[in-house]
Amino acid sequence: MKILVCISNVPDTTTKVSFNNNNTEFNTNGVQFILNPYDEIALARAIELTEGGKGTVTVINVGLVDTEPTIRKALAIGADDAIRINAAPSDSYFVAKQLAEVAKSGGYDIIMCGRESIDYNGAQVPSMLAEVLDYPSISLIKKIEFTGNEAQIDREIEGGKEVITVSTPFVVSTAEGVAEPKIPNMRGIMSARTKPLQVVEPVAVETLSSFTSFEMPTPRGNVKLISADEPAKLVEALNAEAKVI
Amino acid sequence: MAKTDLFEAPDYYLIDELLTEEHKLVRNSVRDWVKKEVSPIIEDYAQRAEFPKHLVKGLGEIGAFGPTIPVQYGGGGMDYISYGLIMQEVERGDSGIRSTASVQGSLVMWPIYAYGSEAQRNKYLPKLASGEFMGCFGLTEPNHGSNPSGMLTNYKEDGDHVILNGAKMWISNAPFADIAVVWAKNEEGKIKGIIVERGMEGFTTPETHNKWSLRASATGELVFDNVRVPKENILPNVEGLKGPLGCLNQARYGIAWGAMGAAMDCYDTALRYSKERIQFDRPIGGFQLQQKKLAEMITEITKGQLLNWRLGVLKSEDRATAAQISMAKRNSVEVALNTAREARQMLGGMGITGEYPIMRHMMNLESVVTYEGTHDIHLLITGMDVTGLNAFK
Repeated sequence: MKILVCISNVPDTTTKVSFNNNNTEFNTNGVQFILNPYDEIALARAIELTEGGKGTVTVINVGLVDTEPTIRKALAIGADDAIRINAAPSDSYFVAKQLAEVAKSGGYDIIMCGRESIDYNGAQVPSMLAEVLDYPSISLIKKIEFTGNEAQIDREIEGGKEVITVSTPFVVSTAEGVAEPKIPNMRGIMSARTKPLQVVEPVAVETLSSFTSFEMPTPRGNVKLISADEPAKLVEALNAEAKVI
Repeated sequence: MAKTDLFEAPDYYLIDELLTEEHKLVRNSVRDWVKKEVSPIIEDYAQRAEFPKHLVKGLGEIGAFGPTIPVQYGGGGMDYISYGLIMQEVERGDSGIRSTASVQGSLVMWPIYAYGSEAQRNKYLPKLASGEFMGCFGLTEPNHGSNPSGMLTNYKEDGDHVILNGAKMWISNAPFADIAVVWAKNEEGKIKGIIVERGMEGFTTPETHNKWSLRASATGELVFDNVRVPKENILPNVEGLKGPLGCLNQARYGIAWGAMGAAMDCYDTALRYSKERIQFDRPIGGFQLQQKKLAEMITEITKGQLLNWRLGVLKSEDRATAAQISMAKRNSVEVALNTAREARQMLGGMGITGEYPIMRHMMNLESVVTYEGTHDIHLLITGMDVTGLNAFK
């Protein structure tokens, strides 16, 4: 079984966000980048599915050379090899098209993605990728097991769960709970030094979107305390000041 | 339920830029492991004065046992910056856990690697690296601490065995260790290293109880009552005090980084608390006296981080002197103790509880300031190095 895991290079969760160039660019100065935590879940499950010689895991990233430490971490966690598509990931469509170009010739049985990246939280790449490849797409899976070439997948849906059987090849995005993220151990870090990391050039993709501007959320206002014996005053404040009722 | 470990490492001088990507991956992996495995349970184990033995396997996997030992013997084959960063992160969790790792890597695996025969390396090192075997190190005796050359533990020849007699004290890992690297005098009065295995008749390891420090680490004695040890267990390639002192160089280097980890944890805890704790209608971090404490802490931590980094470069190039290592060990522990005490004050009453790690670090550091060469002895090492005059006796 050949599994392709799509990984993103994202700012650390503790990053203090600011913008450059008239608020049109994210300021990366001093920002630590990490392997997208949601992708770590997909990667962990991919490694579990191929353990014991049952297959291989390739990680793929659309990014410039500065994403390679993140790719090496994925290799240290246990991926067998890696591909970097040498381009800045401008938007979901661009990323999906680039991934599809490599994926279609790789003969992968499963393509796994995290549910979304924690920077732009678009959650669009997995479905777009499946559409471009014309593969079945199953999003937010909670469980995946295999019998032969068929996967049994649980999806969480409103008020219950959906059980799906699907034949390879297909694309999934993983929700939390599919696997526990793995921490690289020393042996993994050592072996990641020599695992293959192939760099491929991007294909031409039309630009469908651009950033107009970024803005920070409105700072949280001060808490206004209203005594419990004055409910009318509370209702009035919610209506007139907070404008929520 | 245990509180989430919110630790964010201070890096005021962007020292991360001096590290390789692999150094950062090693450091961050150990940091993640400590947050997941150590922080949630350590306070409970320390309160109960119990060693969390289940962490041993994870310490082996994460590379805390012998990271600089070559890969062919099960080690990590890494450089000394990686080793230092691992110790920093483990001690950020707890000095007792770092002590267990230091002893295993620097005081047991390192002498077997540096002074042992090929057969001894192959027999012991892979199992020590994985944590399948745990080791301890016997140098200090009840009446010979800072003066190890006066040791009384000795052995006499008996065919293809030696007969070992004596006692060692304040030995980390002793109560559960499978093997002990013991330093003893031969019949000529020369100090030799010898590997004693649990189960050898006459070898016992009574536990030391009622410690107020390193409570999550097991400490004990090594008692040798006519223990017959095969001669093949003697480390063939070293003789004299330079044997154990070589080991201490390795361990002291790790402590220099480790203690800085404890300091960083205390600082980070106090900084976060100072922004959240409200008195006189504003966070206490806004008051000058609290800022003085934090500013002094981060200044000393930054200096210590830079000193450790430079020492790591020298050590990786095999150029670090014993005296340079002494200076770093002494400096880091002093910075850590001062940081812990000031941070404890900033947290007021909360600082003395197990809700926060500061008091545990502070108590642990009272051992760290004493073992592997006391604070005063390290001054004498520096003093002798710069003057060329011996003030030890």
